[in-house]
Amino acid sequence: MSREVVIVDYGVGNLRSVARAVSHCGAEPVLSSEPARIEGARHLILPGVGAFGSCVGALRSHGLLESVLKVIDSGRPVLGICVGMQMLLDVGEEFGEHAGLARIAGRVRAVPATGADGMPHKIPHVGWSAIRPAAMPWADTIFEGITPGSTCYFVHSFAAVPERPENTIAVCDYDGRTICAAINRGRLYGVQFHPEKSGPVGLRIFGNFLKMPVD
Amino acid sequence: MPDLRLIARLDIKAPNLIKGVHLEGLRKIGNPAEYARRYYEAGIDEIIYMDIVATLYQRNNLGDILRDTTESVFIPITAGGGVRTLRDVETMMRCGADKVAINTAAVKRPQFIEEVATRFGSQCCVLSVEAKQSGASRWEAYTDNGREHTGLDVVEWVRRAAGLGAGEVLLTSVDREGTRKGFDVALTRAVAEAVSIPVIASGGMGSGEHLIEIVRDGHADAVAMADVLHYDRMPLAEIRELAAGAGLPVRSL
Repeated sequence: MSREVVIVDYGVGNLRSVARAVSHCGAEPVLSSEPARIEGARHLILPGVGAFGSCVGALRSHGLLESVLKVIDSGRPVLGICVGMQMLLDVGEEFGEHAGLARIAGRVRAVPATGADGMPHKIPHVGWSAIRPAAMPWADTIFEGITPGSTCYFVHSFAAVPERPENTIAVCDYDGRTICAAINRGRLYGVQFHPEKSGPVGLRIFGNFLKMPVD
Repeated sequence: MPDLRLIARLDIKAPNLIKGVHLEGLRKIGNPAEYARRYYEAGIDEIIYMDIVATLYQRNNLGDILRDTTESVFIPITAGGGVRTLRDVETMMRCGADKVAINTAAVKRPQFIEEVATRFGSQCCVLSVEAKQSGASRWEAYTDNGREHTGLDVVEWVRRAAGLGAGEVLLTSVDREGTRKGFDVALTRAVAEAVSIPVIASGGMGSGEHLIEIVRDGHADAVAMADVLHYDRMPLAEIRELAAGAGLPVRSL
Protein backbone atom coordinates (compact mmCIF):
# COMPACT_ATOMS: atom_id res chain seq x y z
CA MET A 1 0.00 0.00 0.00
CA SER A 2 1.33 3.40 -0.97
CA ARG A 3 1.67 5.73 1.95
CA GLU A 4 1.69 8.85 -0.19
CA VAL A 5 -1.18 11.29 0.14
CA VAL A 6 -1.70 14.16 -2.28
CA ILE A 7 -3.09 17.38 -0.83
CA VAL A 8 -4.53 19.69 -3.49
CA ASP A 9 -2.71 23.02 -3.27
CA TYR A 10 -4.73 25.69 -5.04
CA GLY A 11 -3.69 28.66 -2.95
CA VAL A 12 -6.20 28.51 -0.10
CA GLY A 13 -5.98 27.57 3.54
CA ASN A 14 -3.49 26.43 6.10
CA LEU A 15 -2.14 23.35 4.33
CA ARG A 16 0.71 22.93 6.78
CA SER A 17 -1.59 21.60 9.48
CA VAL A 18 -3.23 19.11 7.13
CA ALA A 19 0.20 17.93 5.95
CA ARG A 20 1.44 17.61 9.54
CA ALA A 21 -1.62 15.55 10.51
CA VAL A 22 -0.99 13.22 7.55
CA SER A 23 2.65 12.68 8.47
CA HIS A 24 1.70 12.22 12.12
CA CYS A 25 -0.38 9.26 10.88
CA GLY A 26 2.67 7.75 9.21
CA ALA A 27 1.98 8.75 5.59
CA GLU A 28 3.86 11.10 3.33
CA PRO A 29 1.98 14.30 2.45
CA VAL A 30 2.59 15.76 -1.01
CA LEU A 31 1.28 19.27 -1.63
CA SER A 32 0.61 19.58 -5.31
CA SER A 33 -0.89 21.92 -7.87
CA GLU A 34 0.09 19.71 -10.82
CA PRO A 35 -2.78 17.99 -12.64
CA ALA A 36 -0.73 14.85 -13.39
CA ARG A 37 0.35 14.45 -9.78
CA ILE A 38 -3.21 14.90 -8.54
CA GLU A 39 -4.65 12.49 -11.10
CA GLY A 40 -2.13 9.89 -10.00
CA ALA A 41 -3.02 10.21 -6.31
CA ARG A 42 -3.99 7.08 -4.48
CA HIS A 43 -5.41 9.06 -1.57
CA LEU A 44 -6.45 12.66 -2.21
CA ILE A 45 -7.27 15.44 0.25
CA LEU A 46 -9.17 18.51 -0.93
CA PRO A 47 -8.90 21.34 1.60
CA GLY A 48 -10.82 24.60 1.38
CA VAL A 49 -11.18 27.82 3.34
CA GLY A 50 -13.13 30.95 2.52
CA ALA A 51 -16.18 31.40 0.33
CA PHE A 52 -17.67 28.56 -1.73
CA GLY A 53 -17.57 30.42 -5.05
CA SER A 54 -14.01 31.64 -4.66
CA CYS A 55 -12.80 28.13 -3.74
CA VAL A 56 -14.43 26.53 -6.79
CA GLY A 57 -13.07 29.44 -8.86
CA ALA A 58 -9.54 28.98 -7.52
CA LEU A 59 -9.65 25.23 -8.19
CA ARG A 60 -10.75 25.96 -11.76
CA SER A 61 -8.26 28.77 -12.38
CA HIS A 62 -5.45 26.50 -11.20
CA GLY A 63 -6.66 24.03 -13.82
CA LEU A 64 -7.27 21.36 -11.19
CA LEU A 65 -11.02 20.90 -11.18
CA GLU A 66 -11.04 18.19 -13.85
CA SER A 67 -8.16 16.38 -12.16
CA VAL A 68 -9.99 16.23 -8.83
CA LEU A 69 -13.13 14.97 -10.56
CA LYS A 70 -11.12 12.22 -12.27
CA VAL A 71 -9.81 10.94 -8.94
CA ILE A 72 -13.27 11.05 -7.37
CA ASP A 73 -14.85 9.26 -10.33
CA SER A 74 -12.16 6.56 -10.25
CA GLY A 75 -13.48 5.52 -6.84
CA ARG A 76 -10.19 6.15 -5.04
CA PRO A 77 -10.41 7.57 -1.47
CA VAL A 78 -10.95 11.34 -1.44
CA LEU A 79 -11.45 13.52 1.64
CA GLY A 80 -12.82 17.07 1.36
CA ILE A 81 -12.31 19.34 4.36
CA CYS A 82 -14.54 22.32 5.27
CA VAL A 83 -15.20 24.20 2.01
CA GLY A 84 -13.40 21.30 0.29
CA MET A 85 -16.32 19.20 1.55
CA GLN A 86 -18.97 21.75 0.62
CA MET A 87 -17.66 21.92 -2.96
CA LEU A 88 -18.60 18.25 -3.45
CA LEU A 89 -22.28 19.21 -3.55
CA ASP A 90 -24.26 20.59 -6.52
CA VAL A 91 -24.72 24.22 -5.55
CA GLY A 92 -23.43 26.68 -2.95
CA GLU A 93 -25.58 29.62 -1.85
CA GLU A 94 -22.80 31.77 -0.35
CA PHE A 95 -22.65 35.21 -2.06
CA GLY A 96 -25.07 34.11 -4.80
CA GLU A 97 -25.46 30.69 -6.35
CA HIS A 98 -22.35 28.86 -7.48
CA ALA A 99 -22.05 25.46 -9.13
CA GLY A 100 -20.10 22.88 -7.13
CA LEU A 101 -18.43 19.63 -8.19
CA ALA A 102 -21.80 17.87 -8.05
CA ARG A 103 -20.55 14.53 -6.74
CA ILE A 104 -23.02 14.44 -3.84
CA ALA A 105 -26.59 15.57 -4.56
CA GLY A 106 -27.63 18.60 -2.55
CA ARG A 107 -26.95 22.23 -1.74
CA VAL A 108 -24.80 24.26 0.64
CA ARG A 109 -26.98 26.63 2.63
CA ALA A 110 -26.48 29.22 5.36
CA VAL A 111 -26.41 27.79 8.89
CA PRO A 112 -29.86 28.68 10.34
CA ALA A 113 -29.65 32.12 11.99
CA THR A 114 -31.60 30.97 15.04
CA GLY A 115 -31.61 27.98 17.33
CA ALA A 116 -34.58 25.61 17.56
CA ASP A 117 -36.10 27.99 20.14
CA GLY A 118 -36.19 30.80 17.57
CA MET A 119 -33.53 32.81 19.40
CA PRO A 120 -30.69 34.22 17.27
CA HIS A 121 -27.39 32.46 17.84
CA LYS A 122 -23.82 33.20 16.86
CA ILE A 123 -22.78 32.89 13.23
CA PRO A 124 -20.25 31.58 12.29
CA HIS A 125 -20.64 28.38 14.26
CA VAL A 126 -17.18 28.34 15.87
CA GLY A 127 -15.86 25.83 18.33
CA TRP A 128 -15.98 22.24 19.48
CA SER A 129 -19.21 20.36 18.84
CA ALA A 130 -20.08 16.72 19.42
CA ILE A 131 -20.58 14.55 16.34
CA ARG A 132 -22.83 11.50 16.07
CA PRO A 133 -23.78 9.00 13.36
CA ALA A 134 -26.66 9.83 11.02
CA ALA A 135 -27.88 7.42 8.35
CA MET A 136 -25.60 4.50 9.02
CA PRO A 137 -23.22 3.10 11.60
CA TRP A 138 -19.59 4.18 11.49
CA ALA A 139 -17.96 0.76 11.14
CA ASP A 140 -15.71 0.55 8.05
CA THR A 141 -15.85 4.31 7.50
CA ILE A 142 -13.44 7.12 8.39
CA PHE A 143 -15.28 7.28 11.74
CA GLU A 144 -14.44 3.67 12.63
CA GLY A 145 -13.58 3.50 16.34
CA ILE A 146 -14.69 7.08 17.10
CA THR A 147 -17.05 7.30 20.05
CA PRO A 148 -20.31 9.07 19.15
CA GLY A 149 -20.35 12.33 21.11
CA SER A 150 -16.66 12.97 20.45
CA THR A 151 -16.01 16.63 19.72
CA CYS A 152 -14.47 18.20 16.64
CA TYR A 153 -13.50 21.77 15.80
CA PHE A 154 -15.93 23.61 13.52
CA VAL A 155 -15.75 27.05 11.99
CA HIS A 156 -18.31 27.77 9.27
CA SER A 157 -21.31 29.90 8.31
CA PHE A 158 -22.64 27.58 5.60
CA ALA A 159 -23.37 23.87 5.75
CA ALA A 160 -24.10 21.00 3.38
CA VAL A 161 -27.69 19.85 2.97
CA PRO A 162 -27.46 16.56 1.04
CA GLU A 163 -30.60 15.48 -0.82
CA ARG A 164 -30.32 11.81 0.08
CA PRO A 165 -30.22 10.82 3.74
CA GLU A 166 -27.68 8.06 3.07
CA ASN A 167 -25.08 10.67 2.06
CA THR A 168 -25.01 12.20 5.55
CA ILE A 169 -22.73 10.09 7.70
CA ALA A 170 -22.30 12.38 10.72
CA VAL A 171 -24.20 15.31 12.20
CA CYS A 172 -23.74 17.78 15.02
CA ASP A 173 -26.21 19.87 16.95
CA TYR A 174 -26.11 23.67 17.05
CA ASP A 175 -28.69 25.00 19.52
CA GLY A 176 -31.18 22.36 18.49
CA ARG A 177 -30.46 22.65 14.76
CA THR A 178 -29.03 19.51 13.20
CA ILE A 179 -26.05 20.35 11.02
CA CYS A 180 -24.40 18.02 8.53
CA ALA A 181 -20.91 17.27 9.87
CA ALA A 182 -19.78 14.71 7.28
CA ILE A 183 -20.87 13.32 3.93
CA ASN A 184 -20.07 10.08 2.19
CA ARG A 185 -20.59 8.18 -1.05
CA GLY A 186 -18.42 5.13 -1.59
CA ARG A 187 -14.86 6.17 -0.78
CA LEU A 188 -15.65 9.83 -1.21
CA TYR A 189 -15.82 11.63 2.14
CA GLY A 190 -16.26 15.21 3.21
CA VAL A 191 -16.05 16.68 6.71
CA GLN A 192 -17.35 20.12 7.67
CA PHE A 193 -15.10 20.32 10.73
CA HIS A 194 -11.29 20.52 10.68
CA PRO A 195 -9.86 17.09 11.56
CA GLU A 196 -6.36 18.62 11.48
CA LYS A 197 -7.47 20.87 14.35
CA SER A 198 -9.57 18.38 16.28
CA GLY A 199 -6.89 16.78 18.43
CA PRO A 200 -6.63 12.96 18.74
CA VAL A 201 -10.16 12.44 17.35
CA GLY A 202 -9.22 14.25 14.14
CA LEU A 203 -5.96 12.32 13.84
CA ARG A 204 -7.89 9.06 14.16
CA ILE A 205 -10.13 10.16 11.26
CA PHE A 206 -7.05 10.86 9.10
CA GLY A 207 -5.61 7.49 10.11
CA ASN A 208 -8.82 5.69 9.08
CA PHE A 209 -8.91 7.56 5.77
CA LEU A 210 -5.31 6.66 5.00
CA LYS A 211 -6.08 2.99 5.66
CA MET A 212 -8.87 2.93 3.04
CA PRO A 213 -8.03 0.53 0.23
CA VAL A 214 -7.44 2.13 -3.15
CA ASP A 215 -8.80 -0.72 -5.29
CA MET B 1 -24.00 26.78 21.69
CA PRO B 2 -20.76 24.95 20.92
CA ASP B 3 -18.72 23.95 23.94
CA LEU B 4 -17.09 26.69 25.99
CA ARG B 5 -13.54 27.05 24.71
CA LEU B 6 -10.71 26.91 27.20
CA ILE B 7 -7.76 28.69 25.61
CA ALA B 8 -4.14 28.90 26.72
CA ARG B 9 -2.71 32.36 26.07
CA LEU B 10 1.04 32.45 25.66
CA ASP B 11 2.62 35.90 25.59
CA ILE B 12 5.93 35.79 23.76
CA LYS B 13 9.08 37.80 23.82
CA ALA B 14 10.93 35.61 21.35
CA PRO B 15 12.23 33.07 21.89
CA ASN B 16 10.61 32.90 25.33
CA LEU B 17 7.22 32.48 26.89
CA ILE B 18 6.86 35.36 29.34
CA LYS B 19 4.27 36.61 31.78
CA GLY B 20 3.68 40.05 33.24
CA VAL B 21 1.23 41.92 35.40
CA HIS B 22 -1.01 44.48 33.67
CA LEU B 23 1.00 43.48 30.55
CA GLU B 24 4.16 44.92 32.18
CA GLY B 25 7.00 43.62 34.37
CA LEU B 26 7.72 40.61 32.19
CA ARG B 27 9.10 37.40 33.57
CA LYS B 28 10.66 34.65 31.52
CA ILE B 29 8.86 31.32 31.85
CA GLY B 30 10.21 28.91 29.24
CA ASN B 31 10.03 27.46 25.74
CA PRO B 32 6.64 28.40 24.23
CA ALA B 33 6.22 25.36 21.98
CA GLU B 34 6.95 23.04 24.89
CA TYR B 35 4.28 24.71 26.99
CA ALA B 36 1.82 24.63 24.07
CA ARG B 37 2.49 20.92 23.61
CA ARG B 38 1.94 20.25 27.30
CA TYR B 39 -1.40 22.13 27.22
CA TYR B 40 -2.48 20.31 24.06
CA GLU B 41 -1.77 16.96 25.67
CA ALA B 42 -3.71 18.03 28.76
CA GLY B 43 -6.73 18.86 26.57
CA ILE B 44 -6.67 22.62 25.99
CA ASP B 45 -9.08 23.66 23.21
CA GLU B 46 -6.99 26.38 21.52
CA ILE B 47 -3.70 28.23 21.74
CA ILE B 48 -3.14 31.98 21.42
CA TYR B 49 0.38 33.29 20.82
CA MET B 50 0.89 37.02 21.34
CA ASP B 51 4.21 38.56 20.41
CA ILE B 52 4.05 41.37 22.90
CA VAL B 53 7.14 43.24 21.72
CA ALA B 54 6.37 42.95 18.01
CA THR B 55 4.80 46.37 17.62
CA LEU B 56 7.72 47.93 19.44
CA TYR B 57 10.29 46.21 17.22
CA GLN B 58 8.13 46.61 14.09
CA ARG B 59 8.16 42.90 13.41
CA ASN B 60 6.71 39.69 14.63
CA ASN B 61 8.91 36.79 15.68
CA LEU B 62 6.37 34.01 15.95
CA GLY B 63 7.23 32.13 12.75
CA ASP B 64 9.69 29.64 14.20
CA ILE B 65 7.60 29.11 17.31
CA LEU B 66 4.50 28.43 15.18
CA ARG B 67 6.37 25.98 12.95
CA ASP B 68 7.75 24.17 15.95
CA THR B 69 4.34 24.07 17.66
CA THR B 70 2.36 22.77 14.71
CA GLU B 71 4.68 19.79 14.43
CA SER B 72 2.74 18.14 17.22
CA VAL B 73 -0.18 20.35 18.26
CA PHE B 74 -3.44 19.68 16.39
CA ILE B 75 -5.82 22.35 17.65
CA PRO B 76 -6.55 25.91 16.44
CA ILE B 77 -3.77 28.44 16.92
CA THR B 78 -4.13 32.21 16.87
CA ALA B 79 -1.09 34.44 16.33
CA GLY B 80 -1.03 38.12 17.22
CA GLY B 81 1.30 41.01 17.77
CA GLY B 82 2.61 43.30 15.06
CA VAL B 83 0.34 41.94 12.31
CA ARG B 84 0.01 44.96 10.03
CA THR B 85 -0.19 43.80 6.41
CA LEU B 86 -1.91 41.09 4.39
CA ARG B 87 1.54 39.63 3.83
CA ASP B 88 2.02 39.36 7.62
CA VAL B 89 -1.26 37.46 7.83
CA GLU B 90 -0.19 35.13 5.04
CA THR B 91 3.17 34.50 6.72
CA MET B 92 1.47 33.58 9.99
CA MET B 93 -0.90 31.20 8.18
CA ARG B 94 1.96 29.58 6.28
CA CYS B 95 3.75 28.99 9.56
CA GLY B 96 0.70 27.18 10.86
CA ALA B 97 -1.58 29.81 12.41
CA ASP B 98 -5.30 29.45 11.76
CA LYS B 99 -6.25 32.95 12.87
CA VAL B 100 -4.49 36.24 13.44
CA ALA B 101 -5.24 38.71 16.22
CA ILE B 102 -5.05 42.36 15.16
CA ASN B 103 -4.98 45.42 17.39
CA THR B 104 -2.72 48.36 16.46
CA ALA B 105 -3.01 47.99 12.68
CA ALA B 106 -6.82 47.89 12.93
CA VAL B 107 -6.93 50.95 15.18
CA LYS B 108 -4.74 52.88 12.72
CA ARG B 109 -6.74 51.75 9.72
CA PRO B 110 -10.03 49.93 10.44
CA GLN B 111 -10.32 48.95 6.76
CA PHE B 112 -7.52 46.47 7.43
CA ILE B 113 -10.08 44.28 9.22
CA GLU B 114 -12.23 44.22 6.11
CA GLU B 115 -9.24 43.41 3.91
CA VAL B 116 -8.17 40.48 6.10
CA ALA B 117 -11.74 39.16 6.33
CA THR B 118 -12.27 39.42 2.57
CA ARG B 119 -8.99 37.76 1.66
CA PHE B 120 -8.76 35.08 4.36
CA GLY B 121 -12.31 34.89 5.74
CA SER B 122 -13.83 36.30 8.92
CA GLN B 123 -13.02 33.07 10.74
CA CYS B 124 -9.35 34.00 10.58
CA CYS B 125 -9.72 37.62 11.71
CA VAL B 126 -9.64 38.12 15.48
CA LEU B 127 -9.88 41.67 16.80
CA SER B 128 -7.61 42.05 19.80
CA VAL B 129 -8.70 44.75 22.24
CA GLU B 130 -6.77 45.95 25.29
CA ALA B 131 -9.40 47.54 27.51
CA LYS B 132 -8.97 49.84 30.50
CA GLN B 133 -11.85 51.14 32.54
CA SER B 134 -12.26 54.88 31.96
CA GLY B 135 -15.45 55.54 33.92
CA ALA B 136 -18.64 53.89 35.16
CA SER B 137 -19.43 51.17 32.61
CA ARG B 138 -16.99 52.73 30.15
CA TRP B 139 -13.78 51.30 28.82
CA GLU B 140 -11.18 52.72 26.47
CA ALA B 141 -9.22 50.66 23.93
CA TYR B 142 -5.41 50.79 24.18
CA THR B 143 -2.54 49.55 22.06
CA ASP B 144 1.09 48.66 22.79
CA ASN B 145 0.32 46.50 25.83
CA GLY B 146 -1.97 49.01 27.45
CA ARG B 147 0.38 51.96 27.06
CA GLU B 148 -1.07 53.96 24.17
CA HIS B 149 -4.50 55.62 24.27
CA THR B 150 -6.69 55.29 21.20
CA GLY B 151 -9.61 57.41 22.36
CA LEU B 152 -11.89 54.59 21.19
CA ASP B 153 -14.77 53.40 23.33
CA VAL B 154 -14.35 49.61 23.58
CA VAL B 155 -17.99 48.66 22.98
CA GLU B 156 -18.35 50.98 19.98
CA TRP B 157 -15.01 49.88 18.56
CA VAL B 158 -15.86 46.19 18.77
CA ARG B 159 -19.27 46.82 17.20
CA ARG B 160 -17.62 48.62 14.31
CA ALA B 161 -14.96 45.95 13.86
CA ALA B 162 -17.60 43.21 13.82
CA GLY B 163 -19.38 45.13 11.08
CA LEU B 164 -16.15 45.24 9.10
CA GLY B 165 -15.80 41.47 9.28
CA ALA B 166 -13.91 40.58 12.47
CA GLY B 167 -14.87 37.00 13.32
CA GLU B 168 -14.03 36.99 17.03
CA VAL B 169 -12.85 39.40 19.68
CA LEU B 170 -10.04 38.72 22.12
CA LEU B 171 -10.95 41.07 24.95
CA THR B 172 -8.13 41.67 27.41
CA SER B 173 -8.75 43.64 30.56
CA VAL B 174 -5.49 45.46 31.21
CA ASP B 175 -6.79 46.31 34.69
CA ARG B 176 -7.14 42.63 35.59
CA GLU B 177 -4.34 41.11 33.50
CA GLY B 178 -1.92 39.11 35.63
CA THR B 179 -3.68 40.02 38.89
CA ARG B 180 -5.52 36.69 39.47
CA LYS B 181 -8.40 38.76 40.85
CA GLY B 182 -10.95 37.55 38.32
CA PHE B 183 -12.07 38.68 34.88
CA ASP B 184 -13.75 42.03 34.26
CA VAL B 185 -17.32 40.71 34.11
CA ALA B 186 -19.01 44.04 33.34
CA LEU B 187 -16.64 44.73 30.42
CA THR B 188 -17.07 41.27 28.90
CA ARG B 189 -20.82 41.37 29.28
CA ALA B 190 -21.08 44.83 27.72
CA VAL B 191 -19.14 43.63 24.67
CA ALA B 192 -20.89 40.24 24.41
CA GLU B 193 -24.27 41.96 24.44
CA ALA B 194 -23.21 44.45 21.76
CA VAL B 195 -22.02 42.00 19.10
CA SER B 196 -22.97 38.57 17.80
CA ILE B 197 -19.38 37.38 17.21
CA PRO B 198 -17.75 35.17 19.86
CA VAL B 199 -15.99 36.94 22.74
CA ILE B 200 -12.84 35.54 24.33
CA ALA B 201 -12.40 36.91 27.85
CA SER B 202 -8.78 37.43 28.85
CA GLY B 203 -7.04 38.74 31.93
CA GLY B 204 -7.45 37.94 35.59
CA MET B 205 -8.27 34.28 36.01
CA GLY B 206 -7.15 33.08 39.41
CA SER B 207 -9.68 30.41 40.29
CA GLY B 208 -12.37 28.11 38.92
CA GLU B 209 -15.04 30.46 40.29
CA HIS B 210 -13.70 33.21 38.07
CA LEU B 211 -14.19 30.99 35.04
CA ILE B 212 -17.76 30.11 35.96
CA GLU B 213 -18.58 33.76 36.67
CA ILE B 214 -17.22 35.11 33.38
CA VAL B 215 -19.28 32.61 31.37
CA ARG B 216 -22.51 32.82 33.39
CA ASP B 217 -22.54 36.54 34.11
CA GLY B 218 -20.08 37.87 31.53
CA HIS B 219 -21.47 35.77 28.66
CA ALA B 220 -17.99 34.89 27.41
CA ASP B 221 -17.85 32.27 24.65
CA ALA B 222 -14.26 31.40 25.41
CA VAL B 223 -11.79 32.00 28.19
CA ALA B 224 -8.10 32.75 27.80
CA MET B 225 -5.88 31.56 30.65
CA ALA B 226 -2.22 32.34 31.18
CA ASP B 227 -0.87 32.75 34.69
CA VAL B 228 -3.08 30.00 36.15
CA LEU B 229 -1.66 27.50 33.64
CA HIS B 230 1.94 28.72 33.28
CA TYR B 231 2.57 28.65 37.02
CA ASP B 232 0.62 25.40 37.29
CA ARG B 233 -1.70 26.88 39.88
CA MET B 234 -4.52 24.57 38.79
CA PRO B 235 -4.34 21.48 36.57
CA LEU B 236 -6.38 21.87 33.39
CA ALA B 237 -8.34 18.69 34.19
CA GLU B 238 -9.48 20.27 37.44
CA ILE B 239 -10.55 23.48 35.67
CA ARG B 240 -12.53 21.42 33.17
CA GLU B 241 -14.17 19.36 35.91
CA LEU B 242 -15.15 22.46 37.85
CA ALA B 243 -16.71 23.97 34.74
CA ALA B 244 -18.58 20.77 33.90
CA GLY B 245 -19.73 20.48 37.51
CA ALA B 246 -21.20 23.98 37.26
CA GLY B 247 -23.15 22.95 34.19
CA LEU B 248 -20.96 24.73 31.65
CA PRO B 249 -20.65 22.82 28.37
CA VAL B 250 -17.01 21.83 28.07
CA ARG B 251 -15.53 19.45 25.53
CA SER B 252 -15.51 15.82 26.56
CA LEU B 253 -12.08 14.31 26.15
